[in-house]
Amino acid sequence: MPMKPLSRRGFLNGTAAAVGAASLGTLPFQAQADGHGLTVGFIYVGPRDDFGYNQAHAEGAAAVAMMDGVTVVEEENVAETVDVQNAMESMINFDGASLIFPTSFGYFDPHILEVAPNYPDVRFQHAAGLWSADLHPMNVGSYFGYIGMGQYLNGITAGHATTSKKLGFVAAIPIPQVLLNINSFLLGARQVDPEITCQVIFTGSWSNAVREAEATNALADAGCDVITCHVDGPKVVIETAAGRGSYVCGYHADQTSLAPELYLTGAEWNWANVYTSMVQTAMDGGSIPNFVRGGLSEDFIKMSPLGPAVSDASRAQFEATKAEILAGGFAAIRGPLMSNTGTEILSAGEALVETDIALESMDYLVEGVIGSTS
Amino acid sequence: MSGQTELTGKMAASPKEWLAPVARRAEVLVIPLAALLAGFAIFSIFLLLQGKSPTEFFSLVYRAGFGTSFSWQNTLSRTAPLLFAGLCVALPARLGLVVIGGEGAIVLGGVATGALGAVMLGSSGYVALPLMALAGVVVGGLWIGLVGAMRYYRGVNETIASLLMAYIAIAVMNHLVEGPLRDPSNPNKPSTLGLTDGLRIGDIPGWNVHWGLAAGLVCCVLTWVLIERTTWGFAARITGGNIRAAQVQGLPVGRLILGFTALGGAFAGLAGFFEVTAVHGSANSSLAAGFGYTGILIAFLARHNALAIIPVAILLAGFEASSGLIQRRMDLPDATMLVLQGMVFIAILLSDTAYGRFKIFAPERWKSA
Amino acid sequence: MNELGIWTIPIAVLGGAIRVSTPFLFVSLGEVLTERSGRINLGLEGTLVIGAMVGYAAAYLTGSAWLGVLAAALAGSIFGLIHGLICSMPRVNDIAIGIAMMILGTGLAFYFGKNYVQPVAPDLPAIPFGWWSNIPQLQAALNVNVLFLIGAVAAFAMWWMFKSTRVGLVIRVVGDSTDAARAMGLRPNVIRTFATMAGGAFAGIGGAYLSLFYPGSWNEGISSGQGLMAVALVIFARWNPVACFGAALLFGGAGALGPSLQSAGFSQGYHLFFAAPYILTLGVLIATSSTTRALTGAPGELSITK
Repeated sequence: MPMKPLSRRGFLNGTAAAVGAASLGTLPFQAQADGHGLTVGFIYVGPRDDFGYNQAHAEGAAAVAMMDGVTVVEEENVAETVDVQNAMESMINFDGASLIFPTSFGYFDPHILEVAPNYPDVRFQHAAGLWSADLHPMNVGSYFGYIGMGQYLNGITAGHATTSKKLGFVAAIPIPQVLLNINSFLLGARQVDPEITCQVIFTGSWSNAVREAEATNALADAGCDVITCHVDGPKVVIETAAGRGSYVCGYHADQTSLAPELYLTGAEWNWANVYTSMVQTAMDGGSIPNFVRGGLSEDFIKMSPLGPAVSDASRAQFEATKAEILAGGFAAIRGPLMSNTGTEILSAGEALVETDIALESMDYLVEGVIGSTS
Repeated sequence: MSGQTELTGKMAASPKEWLAPVARRAEVLVIPLAALLAGFAIFSIFLLLQGKSPTEFFSLVYRAGFGTSFSWQNTLSRTAPLLFAGLCVALPARLGLVVIGGEGAIVLGGVATGALGAVMLGSSGYVALPLMALAGVVVGGLWIGLVGAMRYYRGVNETIASLLMAYIAIAVMNHLVEGPLRDPSNPNKPSTLGLTDGLRIGDIPGWNVHWGLAAGLVCCVLTWVLIERTTWGFAARITGGNIRAAQVQGLPVGRLILGFTALGGAFAGLAGFFEVTAVHGSANSSLAAGFGYTGILIAFLARHNALAIIPVAILLAGFEASSGLIQRRMDLPDATMLVLQGMVFIAILLSDTAYGRFKIFAPERWKSA
Repeated sequence: MNELGIWTIPIAVLGGAIRVSTPFLFVSLGEVLTERSGRINLGLEGTLVIGAMVGYAAAYLTGSAWLGVLAAALAGSIFGLIHGLICSMPRVNDIAIGIAMMILGTGLAFYFGKNYVQPVAPDLPAIPFGWWSNIPQLQAALNVNVLFLIGAVAAFAMWWMFKSTRVGLVIRVVGDSTDAARAMGLRPNVIRTFATMAGGAFAGIGGAYLSLFYPGSWNEGISSGQGLMAVALVIFARWNPVACFGAALLFGGAGALGPSLQSAGFSQGYHLFFAAPYILTLGVLIATSSTTRALTGAPGELSITK
């Protein structure tokens, strides 16, 4: 690959000249002159084989790499500091990347927002960021999946499997995404039996193996017999919980192989579908919308195959609810609903459907969840 | 040790007046550079065993770390916190104290900066920024100064105390940014209130590198002056590794310990200040990025010399800046850089044993040749 | 299940102490051995991580968890040997070499460990000491891994070795005064190198416990500073192996406090609960230190306490 002049301004000038010569910027993505096609960058906050968040993204990147005319460049263990800014610029300047997926939440503000204005011809696609036309550059986009629905379905299988009527949830830190998952898990289970409760333990960190194991043991000690989690790498939680004889529900990626007998199902990302379609749009010269969301019906998320411990009744309710969700307009969070501190969240008849933006600023745990948001 | 050789050097009548000082100074340059090359050589063997090309590797490191102006900006933008973190270790080390918990002062200095900034959002940067910097400096200084105080007044080992306090600092930071200091409008990444543009530190004009680098360089130079050219520095050098003996000699050991640990902590707090005002725009868990631990290594490689911290920090930042390109072009894991760093540092530290062994650097021994 | 109420906390702390303490115990025993000989090896965090990786990989490849432990000990002793040999050269700073070895060990473990994140290796066995109880929480807490027992026995054995054997005496003499050791016809550097090597083997086993029993898998986040903290615990334990055992238990138990308090319904300020082991250790350290006397038990040649 020929090296362009690499001072930032020099590089920009060079690119601008190239754009002018080609077609005055109507093409959002330029196929490079040397025939390499589109170069797509993926940046991960942790190791890409973590059985979880990063692996889910890396599997999507692997699917993109299979496409004709696409070169994928990847970087893992990139911190949410000036590190990621440099990683993005390095991919642009050295590899000619024109579409970049920085996949960690913390990359958005300030890092992507800092870099993007300097590279108007590069598209930055961020997982989970709340892109807004008023505030953010047009060459930045955000996409995310309604995985809370997956935790709701997890909850249905958990509700059928539990005998102690107590579920466990190992969570990283109390942010809206995590709280929505916890609430959805419990509300799914309460569709089976409204007496069920869910104990949550926060580990305070997205990745801390020993603490996750201790939290799982504490949940098992407290009598929780179905355990799930929202941490970056669920491997430790799944293995520890299964070791204590608890049923488990997966998250992020498929963890069936870690506990084949006790794994009920799992809420997984389907980034392969999302990424290949975005890259295809770019290759065809189309423009990717700045704000993309999707759930089960859009194939943004998927469920792991149901495990052997799932009963027929459980399977029937799981499939029925899944069909309802696929039909669209489904709301896991619906009234009457109280928080676990006794304030009313929704009155009877109110509902927040999966696409409701209010869900993305959730700051409560619903009644029946044992734990606190701070 | 260096003072001693200088002294004997002066007493010996050198055969070539102008060459002698050059030779003596050359030793501290030639030996580490040779060690650096030796480290590269060992690492090259490692790469060859993996079936990878060392030539390609080093040309990529050069290109991505130092080869172009973009690379230099990439490298230098990582250097600032490393300079401060290095000083936080080097200063107490002049008294023989091994402080390894600078990370705690960086994190809490950043939180103090962010917290004060959050209540001064309407103020002018000319008023608020100095106060925010002061907050970072004071909190960082108190945090590591407390380590010094515990050492002096209670005899608590400073290495373990500072390490424990770093873990505590990170917990306190997480507690504050998720609790009392949390910005309710930014629920997804628990942070203090976002700073307004007026309260942000910008880039050095013409560069994509923030002013923290300039501040770090100035602090390194000032520290060098403090240690080499003032009575305080002289007293510290005398105290050296032997605090008890210095006490017997009547040196103000207590004030030295408190002063040097607090000053080191203040520098670390300043790193937190720049991370918040120049990089993140608020205080959050990204502050605990491990700069404090890298600083330990930098200080030891620089042999606790404040000026030597500068090239060492730049070298390290350059390694890290090239890590991404190595991953992408050579299909090597990111840990490759850790392996390289480990091998190079062992080689450089090992070279300490070579000082004084080569006659060419010791003019007083030329005669006997 | 909830009839235990508040009693779940002490049971969880007991269980946590046994589960979490073992890596601290092994690393700190290894460090006691090294430091008693007059050297400090700050790099045991790296040795722990390489032990975790090598142990896991070997257990996966051979199908035997115990061969994994053996391989981890071997890898650890090689790291100790390198540290020991390098520090035998004049003017080389053992603290700095330790930090460099920590980086190298972590780097090599991550480099070669990529291929072993996904496979599942066999676990080390545990002995169900809770068979007499019908409380499942207690049964779980008393499900004790064999390595914990070996570590406990090793702590007492090492204490006895320092107190009553010739080997122990030799190490102590070398640690207290290089000159005295030379006068006795001992070769301090050789003895220190062997002590560092044995210390590395202990740390490697501590790592194998992490990857082969608890949490029981290999990944890059497997260690959260256990190796570094264990080195600190040695000073806390005043270079006494039996006290190391106590310190490791205390630290492990305090670490279980955070999750178990949350499960009992106390979750506000959970970050501060997680800091409990560090706060507790610091508190004890402040209470037991003194300026008027040197650290009791500190080897005279140890750079960190001089």
